[in-house]
Parts: sequence; structure tokens; C-alpha cells
Amino acid sequence: MEMREINAKGIYYRDLNQIIRAAIKEGEREFILKNVNGQRYIVAGVNVPIKMEIYGTPGQDLGAFMKGPYVRVHGNAQDGVGNTMDEGKIVIEGSAGDVVGYAMRGGKIYIRGDVGYRVGIHMKAFKEKVPVIIIGGKAGDFLGEYMAGGIIILLGMFSAIADKPLTGICLGTGMHGGVIYIRGQVSPHLLGKGLSPCELTEEDRQILHTHLSDYCHELQLDLEEILQGDFCKVVPVTHRPYGNLYAY
Amino acid sequence: MWWQKDIAGCGIAGFIHKKGKLFSGEVIRKAIVSMEERGNGLGAGFAAYGIYPQYKDQYALHVMCTSKKALEEAEKFIKDHVEVVHQEEIPTTPLKSLPDVPYLWRYFVQVNYEKLEGTWKARADFDEDNYIVWLVMEVNKTIEGAYIFSSGKDMGTFKGVGTPAQMADFYRIEEYEGYIWIAHNRFPTNTPGWWGGAHPFTLLDWSIVHNGEISSYGINKRYLEMFGYVCTLLTDTEVVAYLLDLLLRRQKLPLRAVCSIFAPPLWDEIDWMPEDEKRLYTALRMVYGSALLNGPFAILFASHNRLVGLNDRIKLRPLVVATKDEMVFMASEESAIREICPFPDKVWAPKAGEPVVVELEATT
Repeated sequence: MEMREINAKGIYYRDLNQIIRAAIKEGEREFILKNVNGQRYIVAGVNVPIKMEIYGTPGQDLGAFMKGPYVRVHGNAQDGVGNTMDEGKIVIEGSAGDVVGYAMRGGKIYIRGDVGYRVGIHMKAFKEKVPVIIIGGKAGDFLGEYMAGGIIILLGMFSAIADKPLTGICLGTGMHGGVIYIRGQVSPHLLGKGLSPCELTEEDRQILHTHLSDYCHELQLDLEEILQGDFCKVVPVTHRPYGNLYAY
Repeated sequence: MWWQKDIAGCGIAGFIHKKGKLFSGEVIRKAIVSMEERGNGLGAGFAAYGIYPQYKDQYALHVMCTSKKALEEAEKFIKDHVEVVHQEEIPTTPLKSLPDVPYLWRYFVQVNYEKLEGTWKARADFDEDNYIVWLVMEVNKTIEGAYIFSSGKDMGTFKGVGTPAQMADFYRIEEYEGYIWIAHNRFPTNTPGWWGGAHPFTLLDWSIVHNGEISSYGINKRYLEMFGYVCTLLTDTEVVAYLLDLLLRRQKLPLRAVCSIFAPPLWDEIDWMPEDEKRLYTALRMVYGSALLNGPFAILFASHNRLVGLNDRIKLRPLVVATKDEMVFMASEESAIREICPFPDKVWAPKAGEPVVVELEATT
């Protein structure tokens, strides 16, 4: 089938999503959405590998629970991108809001610019399912809070907020799995209790190279320039950081 | 059903033109209506500055009454204590979808020294603003079913139970022109969805809209009572309007200090500060602990010369800011801004507890 172009201007989010779902049911696999502004739940729960190009500003919970689609946003996204997503890829050419990849369990989210607060909170991994979030700009507080698995890479390079710090407080608070790579330095007082930034191993460099190659390919960025920076990583101290919290 | 408990959050939107250019209410209406999903029809409202140029030296008292009797009593009280220059019913368009509306009147008043209430003649803290605050509190507290819900000069609040579109239609919001507008779409969670409890909350020149919940309401309310403010509107956000009046107008604290009192740095963060900042923030937290706003919030507040956006200290509610030439927009969602400004110069999400302050550059 041909690519389906939909002018989303003024269409209520439920109607828009019904149009998309009906088209998918009919076998449509490629979409272009024009003039999107604030419509929620786009591609949410879709479990077939469609391709979705979005022009405008999609609303809350873009790609929530999705399994397989490829989504590209030519603009900024709002809160809750990839909430509990399972598989697929979301590429955002602008910035994204709070709680990107909340409880994400697989797939990839690439953001060129900045993200808000609580990004990657409660991410998890199981066997071959390792979710990845790569942020080209800066992040707010609570990045990777309660992280149980997966990979977050924070570059701090393509930010619109030059005067702000690379990351906020409580980074990785309660983290008990997964890894956060940061390009640049992060002061230990910004990290959750018991965490400290540490050096990369050769294996880490391989992981970074693999994921950043794909990220640069998707967003047409210079891999060499990114890899020239000094990275550190944050990993959990124990898989049960609060194991004794209520044991007294 | 006069109230209902439900879940989820509210929507807020606002903008200012820094040179004071006036915009019809149609503009803010588009922004807040685009976030219809954030409310549930149990409250919406608008506040605007610059809307009453013909009475700009008088306090514009917007009064809402649940009965004719309450309206008569309120009107008598007002006329006994201040001079009414002009009065009229607030123009509305009756809507079939809003069968149950209160009596809504406005009185443009000024202080007449011959009409001062007895004790005020000798009070050391007499000034016109303090007197009007007393008048507002007195009406809201003592006249059953009567509420003065807006009392500033050359500004006004229009609010009630309904969706933003219903309130805009009902109050004919497009007929007003203002250089600052704020708007709210309500999803009441802990308090009744009734006419007086809709946002914005206003006192004198201050107006505020809020998404979130103020868990410190009880502490804030009791603190305000010590200064003569009485909370009668059954919504947590009411305390913020009165705290603004207390801290900014009466105590003349700098705006940044007030924002730091509302959303102070965490004690951990204070520990990391240089010595002089540490002393300042410790002092603010100790002296004004009862004015701290606990719980999640994104608020927009305004006075005749500025618009401010502020988040709680760990950013539990969204807030996006955008600029375009002389205009600054603030809203819960970027899409609401783009609805009225498709191509902003700059868009960003302010940090937790970091106020975005936009001052008016020229007075109108």
C-alpha cells in the first residue's frame, strides 16, 4: 500500500487515533501526520511495525505501550514519550518533556535536544530486551530514578539551555539495575545515595559505540565528535539498595 | 450535583505582551480550550489585565451570589463601606448547558473616608488596599452565599463551573481586551467543583491559576488567618492569592524571595550552597516555613505589571514557556502555546522552583 498522509489539524485525538488504527487494520504500514498539535496517545499500544513520521508537536504519551513501530518526530514532543514501550524506536528531532521512557521495557528512544524531569524512571530489562534512551541535550532531576535495567546515555551537547547544568539532582536514586553513561563530569552530590561515577571499561566503549552509531545515523550527527568526549558511567551499588530500609 | 471527586490534573495557560498591547480573550480561549482533556467540566476561568480602562482608578469588585437575598445583602454592605462609581450585572450569555448559574454583578468602587467602617478610622494599618482586603474578607465570611471573587483595578476574573469553552462563551470573554491573560481548566481532585472554587483566585491586583495540589493548605490557611485573611472558597489555591498579597504587597518582599519561600531549595541543596546563600535560604525557610507551598504545583500568577510562572521544587507538574517578539507564553503543554503562536522564537521547560518572571516594560 501507499504511504498514508493525514492532516491532523484540529482533529480530536480519539478521532485521529481511530483513523490510524483503522488504516493499520486495513494493512497500511507507512504514515505521515502533518500539523499535529497536542494529540495524545499517538501510536499508543500499536503492535505492528508501522512507520510514522510526525510533523508538529505530538501530545502526551506518544508511543505508550507500543511494540514495534518506528516513530519520528520532526519537532518537539511533550510528556510521557514511550511510556512502558516494549519494542520499536522513537526518534525526536527536537526536545521532549518529563518522564520519557517511563517503565520502558524494550526498544529505543533517541532525542536530539533536552529532556525534562524523571526520564527513564523505572526502566527495566530482561534477557535480550534492553531498552535504550539517548539524550543529545541536557536532563532534569531524577534521571534514571529507580532504574532496574536498560541503558541511558546523556550527551549534553545539543542543548537549548546553555546556562543550565548537564543534569539535575537525584540522578539514579534507588537505581538497582542498568547503566547511565554521561558525556562529561557529574558531581557526586547530584547522584542518588551510595552512587558514584566510575570509569568506562572496554565493554562499555563497545556498547557506547554501537548505540551512538545508530543514534548518529538517525539524527545525522558526527559520531567521532561525540566519542571524543570523556564519558563516565553510573551503575547501581547493589541490586537491592533499600533492602534494609524497613528492616529494623 | 454541586461537587464531584475525580482523578487527574488541571491545565493552565497565560501570556503577557511586554509593551502592553491588548489582545481579545479569543486568543487565550484557543490556548486553554486546546487542553480540554486536562479538565472535566467542573471548573474554568480567566483573568485579564487592562480590561477596564474607563474605570481604571476604581477597584472592580466582581460579586457572585447564590441567591437574590445574598446579592442584596452584599450590595448593601458594599455601599455602606465604599463609594460605588458604577455598577452593573456582569454581561453573560445564558447557555442551555449551564442551567444553574449564580447572580453575577460588578461594582466599580473607591474608598470614601466618610464611609469607613468604625474601627478602621483609628487603625494604624489603614490604607486603601488594606481596607478593600478587609471588605472582601468581611463579605465572603459573613454574608451567606455571597463572594467577592475579584477586586483589582483595571483587571478582572471570570470563572465558574463548566469547561473553558463554556466559561468563555458564558462570560463573552472575547469582548474583553487585556495585555496579560491567564486561564485555567479544572479537574478538581480534593475539593468541590463549585463556582467560587474555580480558578483564577484573585485578591486586589493578584491573580493565580494552579495545576496540582497544595498539601500545606492547612498550615498556609492558619498562617494567613493571623494576618486577617479568611479562606472561604474551599479550594487550596486560594491561599496563594492571599500569600502573594501578604508577602509582596504588605511585607514588600522581593519577588524572588517570595518564589523561594513558595518553592524553597531542599535542605540538601542548601547545604551545598556558598555561605551567604546558605544563610539567606535557611532564614527564608525558618521565618516563612508556614508560607511554603508543599505538594505538586505549576502556577501562573500575575499583577498589573508582570506575569510569573513557577513550579514546585521537584517539578511534579508540567510547565512550558515560549517567547515570540514582545510576547511570553506559559502553559501546561507546548501544544497549547503553539495553538496561538505556531512558531515561537524559543521554547523551554523551566527548572523546578525556578521562577520565570516577565515584567511589563511600559504601562498602559
